[in-house]
Order: sequence, then C-alpha cells, then structure tokens
Amino acid sequence: MSEMIDQQDLAAQFGEKPEKPEKPWQATARMFYTNKAAVFGLIGFLIVILLGLFGPIIFGADPFDIAGKPLMEPQDANPLGTDYLGRDILSGVIYGARPTMIIAITATVCATVIGISIGAIAGFYGGKIDNFLMRFTEFFQVLPSLVFAMVIVAVFEPSFLIVVLAIGTTTWTPLARLARAEFLKIKEREFVLAARALGAQNIRLILRVILPNALPPLIIAITLRVGTTIIFEAALSFLGLTDPSIMTWGRMIGLSRDYFFEAWWTVTFPGLAILFTALFIALIGDGLNDAFNPKLRRR
Amino acid sequence: MKNPTLKSENTVLSVENLCVDFEIKGKQVQILSDISFSLERGKTLGIIGESGCGKSMTALALMRMIPSPPGRISAGRVVLKGEDLAQASEKRIRDIRGGEISMIFQEPMTSLNPVFTIGNQIVEAIRRHKDIGKSEAWKEATDLLDIVHIPAPNRRVHEYPHQLSGGMRQRVMIAIALACEPTVLIADEPTTALDVTVQAQIFDLLNEIQKDRGTCIILITHDFGAVAEMADRVLVMYAGHKIEEGTLDEIIDSARHPYTQGLLRSMPEIKVDPGDIRESLAEIPGVVPDLLHLPEGCPFAPRCSFVMAQCQDLPHYMDLGDNRSVKCWLAQEDSRTKEQA
Repeated sequence: MSEMIDQQDLAAQFGEKPEKPEKPWQATARMFYTNKAAVFGLIGFLIVILLGLFGPIIFGADPFDIAGKPLMEPQDANPLGTDYLGRDILSGVIYGARPTMIIAITATVCATVIGISIGAIAGFYGGKIDNFLMRFTEFFQVLPSLVFAMVIVAVFEPSFLIVVLAIGTTTWTPLARLARAEFLKIKEREFVLAARALGAQNIRLILRVILPNALPPLIIAITLRVGTTIIFEAALSFLGLTDPSIMTWGRMIGLSRDYFFEAWWTVTFPGLAILFTALFIALIGDGLNDAFNPKLRRR
Repeated sequence: MKNPTLKSENTVLSVENLCVDFEIKGKQVQILSDISFSLERGKTLGIIGESGCGKSMTALALMRMIPSPPGRISAGRVVLKGEDLAQASEKRIRDIRGGEISMIFQEPMTSLNPVFTIGNQIVEAIRRHKDIGKSEAWKEATDLLDIVHIPAPNRRVHEYPHQLSGGMRQRVMIAIALACEPTVLIADEPTTALDVTVQAQIFDLLNEIQKDRGTCIILITHDFGAVAEMADRVLVMYAGHKIEEGTLDEIIDSARHPYTQGLLRSMPEIKVDPGDIRESLAEIPGVVPDLLHLPEGCPFAPRCSFVMAQCQDLPHYMDLGDNRSVKCWLAQEDSRTKEQA
C-alpha cells in the first residue's frame, strides 16, 4: 500500500516531530509578506489608519479653527501652511484621514454587500433570474456613477449616511459582475454537486460552498475598490456635495480650488494624502492578487 | 404495464418504470426510458454501459438531482422502504440525500471542497443529518477516517484536500458518504480516475463496508472488470434503455442481448500461451446514437449484427424468469416457451 506511506508518516515513525501542514491562507500570507511593494502598501495603509484613529487626539487642533493669517506659506507655526480662511492645512490633513477612511470603507462594504448578493444570486440560479438581475445591473452601469451619486446627494441632504449610500449604490456593478462570473464557474464544479448530494440546500450552497471558493478574486476587487472610493468621495467633496461639517481631503481641495495658483500648498497636501492612500491600497490589492495566484506560489 | 421486477422481503429500493425527459431546443427527448430494477439489502447492483447511455442520469434521478430545467422525471416511481421519492417533498428529499442515499463521485480530485479541511467536511455531513454536538461529530469524523483506512486519522482530519493523494481523497469521499449510515450507496465510476492498485483497494474497502453494515451499493461503471469484482446483479444500459438484467453469472456466462455479448467480447483477455497469435480486439461497430435523432424501434438496431424486420418496433421486456429480463426480439422465443411451461 504505497500510497499510505508518505513522508510525514515516515517522519513520524522515526520519531521526528511532523511539521504541521500549511493551511491555504498561511501560504497566501507568506506569499504576501515576501512581496516588498505589498508590505510597503500595508505599512503605509496602517499609518493612515493610525493617523485617523489617534492623530486628532495627539495634534488636538480643530481643522475648522483659525490658526493664523489666510493663505500663509508653510512655516514654523503652520508646517503645511493655511487656507483662504487661515485654517491649518496640517490639522486638516490629519483630521481628514478619519472621515475619509470611514466613508471609503463603509461605502465599499455597502457596494460589496449589494454587488455580491446580486452577482451570487444571478450566477447561482441562472436563467430568468440571471437575465433580470443582469439587465438591472446594466441599467446602473450605463449611468455615469458620479452623476448618479450627485443626483442622489442633491435630492437628499448631503449627510454622512447619504454620501455612503450614494457611493455604495452607484459603484457595486463591477463586483456584481465578478461575483456572477465566479459563481457561474464554480457552481459547475463537482464538489457543489457532492454537497447537494449530501442534502445541502441552495442558501447553504451559495454561502458555505461556493462563496468561500469565489473569495480570492473578490477580495482583490474589494481592496482596490476602497482606493477608488476615496477618489470618488474626493470628487463628491470637491463638488461640495458632502456633509459641510466634516473635513475630508476631497473637501479641502474643493474649497481651495480658486486659490490654486496663489497658494499651491492648499490643494497639494490633501491631494498627496489622497494619492498616497489610494496608492497604498492599490499596492495591497496587487500583493493579494499575486498571493492568491497559486502559479506564483512556490515553496 | 406490469412491473417486470419481482419484489422480495429484502427489497430496500425498487425503481419502477422510471422515465426522464429533457427538453432540448424545444423538443422533449426521453433520456431514460422505462428503467426498472430492485435492490436487496446488502447486495450490489452493477449498472454498466457506454458513456452517455444514462447510467449517471439514473443515479441522479434516484436522488432527484436531475438538472431541472431542462430535465424532469416524467413517469415512474422510486420506492425506498415503501416511500415514493419521485413524489416526495423538496424538504424530505434533502433529508434523503446523504441520509438514506449517498453518492460517491467519479473525480476524487474535484469532489472535495478545496477551501475546507476534510474533517470540516465530514463533520458538516454528519451534523446535517444527525443532531449531535461539534466535538462528538469531530470524534466521529476521526473514527470514519479510521474505518476507511486512512493512516493517522487524528492528523489527517485537519488536512486540506490538496494534501491528499487521489486514492486518499476517494477514501475521504467514502467516509463522507458513510457519515450518516446510508441505506443505499451509489458509486458513480468511483475508480475511473485512480490507478489499478488503488482501484482494487477501493473495491476491497467497499466490499468490507457492505459486509459490516449491510449497505446496498449501486455501482455505475463502464468496466466489466469492476462489475465482476463487485456486483451481485448486473443491469446493462444502452441509449437510456435497460436492455438486459440478470445475476452476474447469468450476464457473463449467457448474455442474451447482442449489445451485452458485444461488450463482453470487447474485453481484452490475457492469453496464457505466449505463442498465441495476437488477435485484434472485437469491437461493436458504430457509435452510440444521438438521443435527439434516435431511430424508430430498437435503439441498438443500426449497430446490431442480428438486425431483423421486427426491430422496427421497440421490443418490450422479455421475461426469462428468475428476475432476468432482456429487451430484444431475439429472446422472444425463449420468453414464449417460458410462459407456456
């Protein structure tokens, strides 16, 4: 019975401690950590998160307070200068991290829930349900999502919740299409049939059997979506369509856009904050993409 | 129409005149025509036939797993311990699946979920049908791995499918299928993807389980060798028809249908005398007909070397006594003499 003897059994026989087998997610994590760009992205992203969490406590200055003369160049008192009302840019950038990240993450979660639900149901059931849901998805796809989100915010008041919902309900379509494609592919696999032969019902097949197998590409898409959402939110803020009592990076750029040529620092620093955060997230997404790809995985 | 299968006290499962239709391009195509058989406690039924003859479809029909649409069971009954599964509620049939009837699939490499440990998958199968706690189910899962002869089950239970060999995975599939002590175990070409030594081990394991637990096994295969090793009774299928049924000895020694005879002739033999001139292997001319364009009458007629005028009409089951039947006009004479006697 040659198949029964493998190296681990042999090792056990000779009294060696068998090496614990590596779980798939451990292999993925190992792959991720060997990717320098991905680790750089992760560290940068964590710094942004920490800045959002603790920055306001440490720096303390309210971004809406007048901290000096208007449009002051970067100097000792205001390291990144002041805007047209004399508000400190540095405290704006620090305070902006929290609402920017919260909006980006909650809106992405919202888009993910809508997108995956619709894509999973369409892909799993197929036929008329699929047809209907995909036409529905296309309806959202043909509308320019920024214009659609602007309409939603304009119709309702521009509060935090409305902004999140506006971004979530207009950006879920790529996730729905991806989830549908994955479900279409995986539902034909034999282990789905085997699970059905064991008495599993549809909801169980969707959530416990197919979804875990569809996750790797979805996780990458979701990660990259966080970056896109930050830019999307910045665009809405730039147009003044977000909650005026919250200082986000996009809002800072929007408010200072008239002073761009006189005071470059008013838009450059919040712009760099957006650029780097989106870049960090893109690097993480790229790293995950490689880490989930078994072809690139080597022992 | 009278039921051609005799029933005895020990009958666990009986399939009566089962028909399955598929709607293809707006046309109703019958892919299983009038299939009947019965299965006794602790016995093995071999279903044999070429690819596309409806073997796997029969298995799926028993568990009501035919993809629908386009397929549906259009007639017949599947009676398990007195209950007609063809009419059972959706909820009841889900309890039957994995609980009363389990299935082992052809490809052990792909029939385990790659993202969960094998222990996880066995525990899930157990807890789907039995009301027991998690730790108890894990203990049972380890015991099951031991029953299917997986070494070091305590460690293996935490491994993922990709860490096991094909033979091991098929053992795990068997363990999952056994999790809820099913009455009927359907093995759909369980060894096709495995090499010959592992095949023999899997058959030994199935035989052992059958002896210990009295499980009925339906073995679906295209390999007469596998049938000869496992089956008590054999059912030969062709183009969705059951064309011959009998005990293993009856089929091997005195096959009546020209198709069965052809199948048996096309088995390679290992010659004892090495000086023998090599003969080319006998084959059945032609290919399996497209079910969309099935000929009128006997579906095997175009390939049959004994074809006659009568074959324009579909033969009915010729009862040869002792639960043995053939769907061929050639057997008509014998069947008539039987009736007179």
